[in-house]
Amino acid sequence: MELLPSASLFMLLLLSLLIFLPLISIGSVLDGQVEEKFTEELLLKPLPDRKVLAHFHFESTAPRTQYYGRHHHLFPKAIAQLVQKFSIREMELSFTQGRWEYESWGGYDPISSSSAKPPGVELWAVFDVPVDQVDASWKNLTHSLSGLFCASINFLESSTTYSAPELAFHPASVNLRYGTLPREAVCTENLTPWLKLLPCRDKSGISSLLDRPSIYRGFYHSQRLRLRRVKIRADAPDSDTVLEQTLTVVLQPNGIRSKESQSSKRKLHPTWSMSSLFGRKIEGRCALAKSSNVYLQLERDLVAEMKRLKEKRKFFDISVLNEDLIENPAFEISIKPDLVLREVLSSQNESSSLTYEYSIGKSASPNTFDLSFTWKSPVAWSCRKPPLRASRFLMGSGNERGTIAISLRSMGPDEGLNVSDMDKERCVLPVNIFQVVPWYIKVYFHTLKVFIDEKPMSVLDAVEKIHISPSEDKVSPGVMEMVLKLPCGVKSATITLEFDKGFLHIDEYPPDANQGFDIPSAIITFPNIEASIYFDQEITLKDLPLLSSFQEKNPIRYYTEVLLVPLTTPDFSMPYNVITITCTVFALYFGSLLNVLRRRVSEEERLHNAKGKSGPLSRLIAKLRRSKEIQPQSTTTSSSLFSSKLILKIIMVAAIAICWQYLSG
Amino acid sequence: MEEKRGSSSGFWRWVIASVLFRLILVYFPKNLHLSSRPEVSTPLTSLRRLAEGYWLKQSSISPYAGSMYHGSPLLLSILGPLTALRIEGHPDHLLCSLFFLLVDIINALLIRATGRCIQDAYGRTLKSLDLVKPSEASEIILSGDLAALVYLWNPFTIVACIGLSTSPVENMAIIVSLYGACTGLVPLAAFGWVIATHMSLYPAVLIVPVILMLGYGPDAPPSKVFLQKKHEKSNAQVIFSWKQPVHFLFWSIMWGMHVLLLCGISVRQYGGLWEMLRRTYGFILTVEDLSPNIGVLWYFFAEVFDFFRSFFLIVFHMNILFMVLPLAIRLKHRPAFLAFVYVAIVAIFKSYPSVGDSALYLGLLALFANELADMKFSFFLFCGYIGVSLLSPVMHNLWIWRGTGNANFYFGTAMAYACFQIILVVESVSSMLDHDRMLVKFVAERNHVATNLR
Repeated sequence: MELLPSASLFMLLLLSLLIFLPLISIGSVLDGQVEEKFTEELLLKPLPDRKVLAHFHFESTAPRTQYYGRHHHLFPKAIAQLVQKFSIREMELSFTQGRWEYESWGGYDPISSSSAKPPGVELWAVFDVPVDQVDASWKNLTHSLSGLFCASINFLESSTTYSAPELAFHPASVNLRYGTLPREAVCTENLTPWLKLLPCRDKSGISSLLDRPSIYRGFYHSQRLRLRRVKIRADAPDSDTVLEQTLTVVLQPNGIRSKESQSSKRKLHPTWSMSSLFGRKIEGRCALAKSSNVYLQLERDLVAEMKRLKEKRKFFDISVLNEDLIENPAFEISIKPDLVLREVLSSQNESSSLTYEYSIGKSASPNTFDLSFTWKSPVAWSCRKPPLRASRFLMGSGNERGTIAISLRSMGPDEGLNVSDMDKERCVLPVNIFQVVPWYIKVYFHTLKVFIDEKPMSVLDAVEKIHISPSEDKVSPGVMEMVLKLPCGVKSATITLEFDKGFLHIDEYPPDANQGFDIPSAIITFPNIEASIYFDQEITLKDLPLLSSFQEKNPIRYYTEVLLVPLTTPDFSMPYNVITITCTVFALYFGSLLNVLRRRVSEEERLHNAKGKSGPLSRLIAKLRRSKEIQPQSTTTSSSLFSSKLILKIIMVAAIAICWQYLSG
Repeated sequence: MEEKRGSSSGFWRWVIASVLFRLILVYFPKNLHLSSRPEVSTPLTSLRRLAEGYWLKQSSISPYAGSMYHGSPLLLSILGPLTALRIEGHPDHLLCSLFFLLVDIINALLIRATGRCIQDAYGRTLKSLDLVKPSEASEIILSGDLAALVYLWNPFTIVACIGLSTSPVENMAIIVSLYGACTGLVPLAAFGWVIATHMSLYPAVLIVPVILMLGYGPDAPPSKVFLQKKHEKSNAQVIFSWKQPVHFLFWSIMWGMHVLLLCGISVRQYGGLWEMLRRTYGFILTVEDLSPNIGVLWYFFAEVFDFFRSFFLIVFHMNILFMVLPLAIRLKHRPAFLAFVYVAIVAIFKSYPSVGDSALYLGLLALFANELADMKFSFFLFCGYIGVSLLSPVMHNLWIWRGTGNANFYFGTAMAYACFQIILVVESVSSMLDHDRMLVKFVAERNHVATNLR
């Protein structure tokens, strides 16, 4: 009896719990400050070869909670659906036109290692699905992206175009797929859908600078979209989805001061401003953005050069040395920065790079923001170059075979790893090479040769790890991943591979077959060298995603140029001729051999009767006469045999016909 | 031809000369680029692909991964280590070259032995028919020696040997099978047939001549002769004996099981036997590789519409099989010649033909020098072969290396070559049949004379 009330009490408790649980959870979610976030940033950087780099960075974050469900305030719904449907853990898609010049635009900084991309389209994705479903997910993803970005990404669906690298990428996973389309033309039709993903599109904020003609006039143009699922806390059940959209352009400012004398103009870098670069100004910030910043970055070497200049002028000018170089003899910036960030270096004898931060909206200036950069005196500096410069080329002539060579050259004594002489013997520079070759380039992996400092090395000595999956005709591309261990003071290293060129079916050639076929860029990574910039300011990095991405530990990545391989073409115009002539040869064989075999009685009779040769006419007459004579004889003598043979033949033909009918039906 | 007929010391002198000639050619730099010629190394016989397969196997990847190697796993384990070995100061593939040289010599000696056996059998049958005349006997060429020298000195053989293609090994299996069948060594015949079939599939059709050879003996005049002869000596007729063919089948099954077992062991961790069959026989039958060769199929399948592809594959392979039965019926009394005709037909229509295949049938052709002495078009064919083998590299060079020619030019030479081979086959069959008719005629005349006399 006493059990009943307690049971009902328990039920009541449970009910109340059920009712309140969602409320509690919502409360906790709201407490945990989960809201969608959007930031916009632009980094400008003068380049040593009189060009300017503009790097746009837009980041949207969507927490994945029940509260939001399928609705988003800022995060693009199309992308959220993509992530949900294909369980993407990580994805990167880039559209690039032009080639990043590692030597003059830098190869050691975060921007070049993350935003310098091979020409055309590059896509890689990691999926959160069982291994056997990865390929299906990839195929669906390529089709979705192809529709989303108006590009022929769906060509990556074919298994001959994508591969599953194991060593080359940092989040090494069996669920990773990688594919490139080197010949994809990138244009404004790809940019418009990309801009549509931004909450303010290109109507206000930093993205309003994106004026199509001025962007596509540039030397290099790379639009990138990167998706990540990040867990803020390790114990969090759900992870945030971070969408990072970057656009990197290298523009040539057209000199404003054209009245200068020729000699000084040649040395002096052209002056530029945002309005001269883009033809537009920033009209206020995007109202939905949490932060909206513009940075101006000065290279290490440029800062050092400035200091040297200042040292020189110090004797004449008594003005106090300003560490942040806002006032200096070489250039002038129109707007005073809100904050100056200085790079933290491990070694003291180098000067650190400077980053000026302007936050739009906060700044005292009116709504329009137009930063201009005026050079006053000529300065020459160089960018931080990659440890080794890579280039890839073809050797050999003709359309039958050839050799691919990837050569790595040291950039000079000062670059590379700073190691003491004592360590030099033991010191090893690992270099990761990832190379995909299409199946029609039939690579002989046993011909792999490694030359270090132009001396042939045995593969076992020079290669630490190698992973090869050979190409299969019309099924999969060949993938070669290797970790080279080079001595630190290496001057040059070359690997060569021989190959045979394949011959394709006429339908497999593209419309412009004689132009040749592209071999995608090889990716060269230096896993032990990180391209990151650490800043001295105690900033909360959450609010500045671009700068916090600089501090991430990313290995230096280098893309080689795309190789163009000419392949032999068959004659496209005459398949019918080939078919008919070949069939004629077969008919010749069949007919003449059968004729020889079945020449029987008449011939032998004639050989028996006629001595010597006779004319064809008389032979024919003789044949006719004989056939008339023989005909009744044979029918009378072997009529039973003849008829049985005939019946057998008829039965055989009928059986073949039935079989044919049965098999084809 | 005159100087090749002669004593056995003359024969050996020519053999040694051919060995020396090959050794000189081996020491030319880079194999004279012969190993990459499309005429010499096809996807099936290229030693470079074999080396790639061996390398993949050594790196514990399936040798068949990567559409490079399509040969037998047994050949891989024999030749593979030889490709990796280098001797300082000598050409790269010296050991392989010496191996192929040795194989060529063995081939020549086996052809010689086979030829002697066939000639003895032929002589015996002629004697049994009382057709042999003392004056004729001295004029008969020692066709075995001739065939061996033709094989050794044929430029095609030399090129295939120096160019490091594996076709001499395939040829050896075929010749071993024929030799075994000729001399009645049933296990040897079965071994050769199984290995040849295992390596290149097409020699499977040789089961017909081998069984006929074991059943009837290496050579016999047409049965019609015996029908005419029957009135006098009824015991002379050759009867098909079933004992040896049954033995042959038994041994074939035995060897076949052995080969499958060994293959199964060597490809166990790489996808097993099915994968091996798909990569070897499947590759042969589906003509996946469209790189140019001296055959006619590559260009055809590069141009033909995709939906007709399987139809034409069936038709072209049926063309080889269609003629097996009519030829067997017509030439069943000459199984060695039948084997030659099959080998020639296969060499014309196989999916990846090379000059090594032509070398084999040209060598076998010389075995029948006596019978085919009055073959038609022989000079025309000789000129045709020379013309094609000169024109074909030129056209290939124009198309592939200079870029000035066109695929059609090269294909044209391949077409001409196929036509010449077809004419050769047709004419040789025709003249062999004529030869038989002549024998019949002789016997009939003799009978006629005999009856008249009686």
